[in-house]
Amino acid sequence: MSDYNLGPWLDDFAHGLWVTIYLTVVSAFFALVLAFVLGMLARVRHIAPRTFARIVIELFRGTSLLIQLFWFVFAFPVIVGIVWTQPVIPVIIALSLNFGAYGAEVVRGAINAVATPQWEAAVALNLTPFQRMRRVILPQAVPLMIPPFNNLLIQLLKSTPLVILIPGVLDFLSVGELYRRSETTHYVSLYIAELVVYFLLAYAFTLILRALEARAKARVGRAEPRRKIFSFRGPSPEEELPAEEKALA
Amino acid sequence: MATHDTTAQPDAAGTATDSQPLIRFDDVVKRFGELTVLDKLKLSVNAGERVTLIGPSGSGKTTILRLLMTLEDLTGGHIWVGDQPLWHMRKGDKLVPANQKHLREVRKQIGMVFQHFNLFPNMTVLQNLIEAPIRVLGKSKAEASEKARELLDQVGLAAKVDAHPSQLSGGQQQRVAIARALAMEPRILLLDEVTSALDPELIAGVLGVLRDIADTTDITMLIVTHEMGFARDVSHRVMMFDSGQIVEQGPPDKIFSEPENDRTRSFLHAILDER
Amino acid sequence: MNSNWDWDYAVDIFPDILRAFVEYTLTITILSSVIAAVVGLLFAVIRFLHVPVLSQVITGFLEFVRSTPIPVQLFFLFYVLPDYGILVGATTVGVWCLGLHYACYYAEVYRAGIDAVPKGQWEACTALSIPRRYVWQHVVLPQALRNVLPSLGNYVISMFKETPFLFVISVPEMVSVAQGIGSRNFRYVEPLTIAGLIFLAASYPAAVALRRLEIRLGHA
Repeated sequence: MSDYNLGPWLDDFAHGLWVTIYLTVVSAFFALVLAFVLGMLARVRHIAPRTFARIVIELFRGTSLLIQLFWFVFAFPVIVGIVWTQPVIPVIIALSLNFGAYGAEVVRGAINAVATPQWEAAVALNLTPFQRMRRVILPQAVPLMIPPFNNLLIQLLKSTPLVILIPGVLDFLSVGELYRRSETTHYVSLYIAELVVYFLLAYAFTLILRALEARAKARVGRAEPRRKIFSFRGPSPEEELPAEEKALA
Repeated sequence: MATHDTTAQPDAAGTATDSQPLIRFDDVVKRFGELTVLDKLKLSVNAGERVTLIGPSGSGKTTILRLLMTLEDLTGGHIWVGDQPLWHMRKGDKLVPANQKHLREVRKQIGMVFQHFNLFPNMTVLQNLIEAPIRVLGKSKAEASEKARELLDQVGLAAKVDAHPSQLSGGQQQRVAIARALAMEPRILLLDEVTSALDPELIAGVLGVLRDIADTTDITMLIVTHEMGFARDVSHRVMMFDSGQIVEQGPPDKIFSEPENDRTRSFLHAILDER
Repeated sequence: MNSNWDWDYAVDIFPDILRAFVEYTLTITILSSVIAAVVGLLFAVIRFLHVPVLSQVITGFLEFVRSTPIPVQLFFLFYVLPDYGILVGATTVGVWCLGLHYACYYAEVYRAGIDAVPKGQWEACTALSIPRRYVWQHVVLPQALRNVLPSLGNYVISMFKETPFLFVISVPEMVSVAQGIGSRNFRYVEPLTIAGLIFLAASYPAAVALRRLEIRLGHA
């Protein structure tokens, strides 16, 4: 272990890991907000907001994340006339916009996937569009959104190492590279260790989201037998019909 | 066919309290793209009347219900509910297309029960029943809950107040759906093939509830169904549809026993022979 | 830096960026797609055949690769391969890395495509005593292909948008060229915007075409 000389580096690695997690979680939060805003704007009847949302979505889905990162770090400040005091900020902006755009499609798709009969029942009860969305449609759409969101979150995590190309942001991989250059040996174990760390992070995120999905599904009465860690009892249809039916006839 | 021994036999064709019908279709046209489903349809229903619409699929019966419930857009003509147009509103002397506010105002009087129940799976039975009364009618939670429990009792599901729709059988869900529609105190109740999606042994329960409602209230009903026995027992009038037109109409006894029109005859033959 | 957009500059640098796009970005995408399609198929077949140890190892490998970042994998291959005597340029490493990474996604897509062919098809063929090889060739694979085509197309587009990742191992693809031009001239807006627009011009029509294909295949 001595020739790894990890000792003095542990703090830096920990900090790098923190930056990676921080970037992922914060960007994910903003991306989520954007996903809902853009996703719902894209379904509105008025053509102006709908087109605006469409353009933003296609723009950020159609170009590469790295371009967006560089653009916000280097080009945007020039146009607006500012200077980034914290390079993390444009990184988070770029990540949020990119994944928010993908998320918007997920939101839109999930809302559309809630069966039409639910819309019709809500109309028949004379609920306003806002009430319909908030009380009937969204609660049913959310469980559908979680698996794709899980994928996007993992992709987001996997994109954070790009900041190695951005001066001033030191994520886990950046620290790893600094370490490698100064200690210059044991590439294989270093990179495998890094891969394992990212894998564990991805796994942790997935577990959290699966738990959220299970909760969301239970609220909609679609609780499932759990997959890995949590135990779940789903409600089963009651079999009391014969007695009840007879009582009414 | 099940016979019903209480006095569900309707008296003479439903009384019109005013001289005007409660529902009136005035040269109504409905097109889906190239397909014309309703072509200048005229029909009227009086307050308190219960009318059953029969006919082959594609004849337009369900479309009529869906137009009333504003689930489909009106292509042409006018629909009147009471003395108000549904899809239009008065502007001075003229009629212009209605805005959302007017639509919702007139629509308040109409309730619908669907073939596939369409209960909200993210709410309990009680919540399904009180959601709209609280949000739309402005009732307090206590008021709405009390009414809800009464209705559930009426449909025989008092014990299921806190159940989730997924825990109920199809027949139970449909009865909840009926209660949910009634909780809004509509003047008009639309029933769209409400037993077609049920297992045979569950149908009687639902029909029983509907018979009960027919007995105890004078709510106006428009019923699309294949349950001819039920239709006969409960309706004041039966309308036979084909290709978007009323081919024949009259009291159930007459239509079912001595239909005059050939289409009616062959349709009833086909339906009744199946059983 | 008075105005935000200098047309002369933009026109000046455009050819370099476009060249990098064609020579590197496009080429890399095509080569990686081929690798992903072929190797992915290999993975899928091994898993399908349920080879005792190999299949499980492959499954674990797929899961691992899909869940870990491409930049790390790039560095891994770039620095480790020479130790094992494989001396190739950065671009080759990049192409293989991207290809293998996406092969893991393709393997899943193939599996899902085959699974989606209704079981009844197999059973009908058994009932008609049609030999297995024929079943594969003329009944299952054509249907499976129709199922997977949209997903495969989507992954090609994803791969295309991830070619810039190769920047981390200094492959001179379009974004790195644009960034280089920007830093040399201290004007980033034009090169980055041009690069972005080229990306958009390539990926948006492709995405639209793919959606049309999906609808035609009845997947919408």
